[in-house]
Amino acid sequence: MELSIFLVQCLNAIQYGLLLFLVASGLTLIFGIMGVINLAHGSFYMIGAYMAYALAPFFGDQFLLQMAVGVVLSVAFGFVLEWAFFSYLYQRNHLQQVLMTYSLILVFEEARSMLAGNDVHGVAIPAWLAGSIRLGDVMQYPIYNLFASAACIVVAIGLYLVVNRTRLGMMIRAGASNRDMVRGLGINIRLLYRIVFAAGVALAALAGMIAAPVSSVYPGMGGQILIICFVVVVIGGIGSISGALIAALLVGFVDTFGKVFFAQFSGLSIYLLMAVILIWRPQGLISKGY
Amino acid sequence: MVQAQQAQQAPIKVGLMLPATGTYAGLGDMIEKGFKLFVSEQGGKLAGRELQYFKVDDESDPAKATDNVNKLIKRDQVDVLIGTVHSGVAMAMAKAARESNTLLIVPNAGADVITGAMCAKNIFRTSFTNWQPAYAMGIVAAKNGHKKAMTITWNYAAGIESAKGFVEGFEKGGGKVTQNLTLPFPNVEFQALLTEIAAQKPDAVFAFFAGGGAVKFVKDYAASGLNKTIPLYGPGFLTDGTLEAQGAAAQGMSTTLHYADRLNTPRDNTFRLSFAKLYKTNADVYAVQGYDAAQLLAAGIKAVDGDIKKRDQMIAAMASSQIDSPRGKFTLSAAHNPVQDIYLRKVNGNLNEAQSVAIKALADPAKGCRM
Repeated sequence: MELSIFLVQCLNAIQYGLLLFLVASGLTLIFGIMGVINLAHGSFYMIGAYMAYALAPFFGDQFLLQMAVGVVLSVAFGFVLEWAFFSYLYQRNHLQQVLMTYSLILVFEEARSMLAGNDVHGVAIPAWLAGSIRLGDVMQYPIYNLFASAACIVVAIGLYLVVNRTRLGMMIRAGASNRDMVRGLGINIRLLYRIVFAAGVALAALAGMIAAPVSSVYPGMGGQILIICFVVVVIGGIGSISGALIAALLVGFVDTFGKVFFAQFSGLSIYLLMAVILIWRPQGLISKGY
Repeated sequence: MVQAQQAQQAPIKVGLMLPATGTYAGLGDMIEKGFKLFVSEQGGKLAGRELQYFKVDDESDPAKATDNVNKLIKRDQVDVLIGTVHSGVAMAMAKAARESNTLLIVPNAGADVITGAMCAKNIFRTSFTNWQPAYAMGIVAAKNGHKKAMTITWNYAAGIESAKGFVEGFEKGGGKVTQNLTLPFPNVEFQALLTEIAAQKPDAVFAFFAGGGAVKFVKDYAASGLNKTIPLYGPGFLTDGTLEAQGAAAQGMSTTLHYADRLNTPRDNTFRLSFAKLYKTNADVYAVQGYDAAQLLAAGIKAVDGDIKKRDQMIAAMASSQIDSPRGKFTLSAAHNPVQDIYLRKVNGNLNEAQSVAIKALADPAKGCRM
């Protein structure tokens, strides 16, 4: 493999990995802090993607504004959802959580089918991000893919700063390691939960909005990414955000290079990765912490 | 005696199992329009018999296919089944048709196995096998002087069968397929695979995608700059019904299919004119396949003078009939799949214009068919 090709594939892998991280970080936060297994998390990604599809005609080239509006909408959606459904799930056991969140998937899929149909829809790239640049003598690389990576990096850094440098972040970290202690310290745990949940929804929806022009929007896209994100969370260590980042990039690389070198088994490579890592470290790469 | 008389006069029950919602709804609609156009051309009757339609929306959902087809077979007790678009659903229909010995005419789904290992006396197809256009494209690509090719498709039955057909044709013509790239259905993140194509620098690429995936792939292929150096080929589904969305990215592309725009034969011109008059829209390959399903059924009913109780005679007549299709006349192979010309087409504006006949009277090998 030529060096330039190798580097382009690395860019592809990083872009995919970062996108996975955005979705998986919310999943691991919600599980790590609230103890809820949220099967509907992939649906938030799908909802974000369909939001991009629905909003695009109104915003045109105002892509960043469109994303901001999308994030606000998804935060609001997250608050309502937490208030209406998830706040009742914290005291329940995992089986009940799985049943409840699975039925939410069905509701979201049916709603999607009624609102947007079952077709595959493309989402146009805004004019200022369209086109491609030459990389080496080999091929042109779409500018939008570079933008997607950059946007994910910005969000990841923002997430790091919030979690590590703010009071809210301190409570989140404390909640992840010892929930009872946090409650004991008199922190408004209800509000903390609601904020974390809404942030998780917004992260997944944002990932969906960024991904929409690259991956199109189609039925079942939520379920697909959910499974991969569970792989990421399990490999990274449940409840760990930095673990999720490392695992997401690892999965991005294995999937991208697996698709190329083992095309026949392209669906299998990440599960092999998971098996190998779990044999080595059953608790995940970063088992305790954030 | 009286009862027999009544049975004679009762309409023939036709079960239409087609997608009315979802991705393939448009295709199902065209098939039904084509079928009913032929019936209306015969004055609303086939060989003097009235038709009564029973309809089920199969939603292109293989999980619901067996239940849906049983509604038609057991509840409505139809005389003949017409369906469907999705290969997975069609395979469930073929299985139910075999078990209940119900007459089935498939007006689209291309799964090789339906007229291969699953073939049966009572199962007919008026469309194609996935192998047919892909094999023809392989022959054409080899003839164009390409030596090294790659294929790319979704990792599911239709895609894999299509890629296999191309490999067979291309290698028979002296070329070599170096790699078959796949990704899960209906994933459309092509970037990593396009990079790999750029790295390997084949002489040609064969792609099988349909609908929204086909639009995205052809556009991404052009955006990566590959279309300037490595020609992209595919079966007609890559550009049929998708040209408007593909725009400039698809111009000049070559594809193969058993139908094309601007065939300009008297038969096709008449068909397209009457279709446009009746429905105020242009006919396409799916309309042709539906139209021919009605023609094939008519040939059977005519041979037994409307007495469809004479099943063996009716089936024998259908199997040996020659269908005067808008795509050109075709006969049926021993496995009941069309033996038909495959056209080489070229994208020009919003049309898939006929260039030449890639292969005359191409019959599917029907691997595994025992009848």
